[in-house]
Amino acid sequence: MKNRLWVYGLFLAGAALAEGTNGGDTAWMLTATALVLLMTPALAFFYGGLVGQKNVLNTMMMSFAALGAVTLVWALFGYSIAYDDLNKYFGGARMFFLRGIDLSGGMPALLDVAFQGTFAVITVALISGSLVGRIRFFAWVLFSLVWTLLVYAVLAHWVWGPAGHALLKDLGALDFAGGTVVHINAAIAGLVGALLLGPRKDFGRLAFLPHNIPFVLLGAGLLWFGWFGFNGGSAYGANASAALAFTNTFLAPAATIFVWMLIEALRDGKATAVGLATAAVVGLVAITPAAGYVGPLGALWIGALAAFPSYYFIAVRPRLGLDDALDVFGAHGLGGITGALLTGVFASKAWGGTPGLLEGNPQQFWVQLVAVVVAILYSAVGSWVAYKLVGLFTPLRIGDREEAIGLDAAEHGEEAYPVAEGAILVDEGGVA
Amino acid sequence: MKLIVAIVRPEKLNDVLEALFKAEVRGLTITKVLGHGGGTERVEAYRGTRVKMGLYEKVKLEIGVSEAFVEPTIQAILASARTGEVGDGKIFVLPVEKAIRIRTGEEDEAAVTPVSPGEA
Repeated sequence: MKNRLWVYGLFLAGAALAEGTNGGDTAWMLTATALVLLMTPALAFFYGGLVGQKNVLNTMMMSFAALGAVTLVWALFGYSIAYDDLNKYFGGARMFFLRGIDLSGGMPALLDVAFQGTFAVITVALISGSLVGRIRFFAWVLFSLVWTLLVYAVLAHWVWGPAGHALLKDLGALDFAGGTVVHINAAIAGLVGALLLGPRKDFGRLAFLPHNIPFVLLGAGLLWFGWFGFNGGSAYGANASAALAFTNTFLAPAATIFVWMLIEALRDGKATAVGLATAAVVGLVAITPAAGYVGPLGALWIGALAAFPSYYFIAVRPRLGLDDALDVFGAHGLGGITGALLTGVFASKAWGGTPGLLEGNPQQFWVQLVAVVVAILYSAVGSWVAYKLVGLFTPLRIGDREEAIGLDAAEHGEEAYPVAEGAILVDEGGVA
Repeated sequence: MKLIVAIVRPEKLNDVLEALFKAEVRGLTITKVLGHGGGTERVEAYRGTRVKMGLYEKVKLEIGVSEAFVEPTIQAILASARTGEVGDGKIFVLPVEKAIRIRTGEEDEAAVTPVSPGEA
């Protein structure tokens, strides 16, 4: 199969219909893939609602553009970098252009390209929350291409690559569905980007208010729905592990929402809608690495505990002078770190096969800590390089005047809520 | 006593408000309006259909001031709302026949003299 010309493989690999497909597993993974894909439009609504009226489309398009750009480089190059088995730092190039990938296996191999691809897309889309309101759209698209290959695919290889060829997996680090690869990684990339771009012009002077909080709730709800595929699908089959991850995905955010409401009520006397939407996401992020490794009570604990670091960091973040506009670090970074570390605490031999700190295996906690630190360091350095590379071709930041007008009109020539009065059709030589 | 009506760019509104507060002009009313002042039209495209946006979103400020405040108000708006490009807006100064503060029934100059937060 490997000596097949790649062009041939590109067009005809699908012809190989394999025997031995497991119907149940495949059905669930098809469903899970669609669920994870939905998370990116969901995130577009979550972010789109949080920004001002002048930047809605630009914000939502950063997520939708990732659906296009990231999927493309993922299929052509990224999948191979992540899942080939050259060595434990870099997957390799043997599956570039999807060479050698066919429909064999209980779950057809090609389906894994799609399933993992939806993870790459949502990870890149997450970063955009740190950068909204000031990054040039062209720079964003270029960045998404470079970062997918340079940072995401490499870290995915370290955590999920073939056993024996994956740096962090071989260390014994547990990351069920992507706490380090997806959430910590995206949050650090966002943080680096926010620091390189600098704050928005009016940061620290004006309050940036969400323009549509129902959008934020809609996005959070759809993210939760999609997350059942994200965590449940990471069991790679219709099996008991999927059922555990699925149920934990239901339980953990519930605990986070409840605790978040309590914190808000005790501090300000009122629970807020944006707060609860954020809490749901934080809980989902925190349970992601643990989903298939902890029992249901462990999931509730992780969800409940994850509320604290994220809540308090998001509360003080604006005063730190850090314009991580939509708190990607507060929600995904801290939620991801808390979740990854608590996975080492609550992991249960009876539920997931590996004991954690509470079952007398403190070593697991240290391994989790090492994985978190390695992910943070690699993501920080890799992301910095990716921004600088893009900066060689285009300025990252939009001009002051464009920023004042808003990126919808300035970058896309569209408005989210256009005023029809006075809008006149442009006659283009009678083509109309 | 005059009514100052100013039409400015929405993206300059925060600068204008800041300048007005610094000039101690406090009572004002703001309306989002659509208008056209001879600036070049912006062309947008929706599903490939190109559309000339003939009307721009602007913000209209209405400020009732005593004679002493007319000039400072105008200067504050001029300094803060100007970009130098067509479309910066206009300031109109209108005579006012009578002004009454509803809360107290005070009239004219007294009605448009701001109450400091301490007295209120």
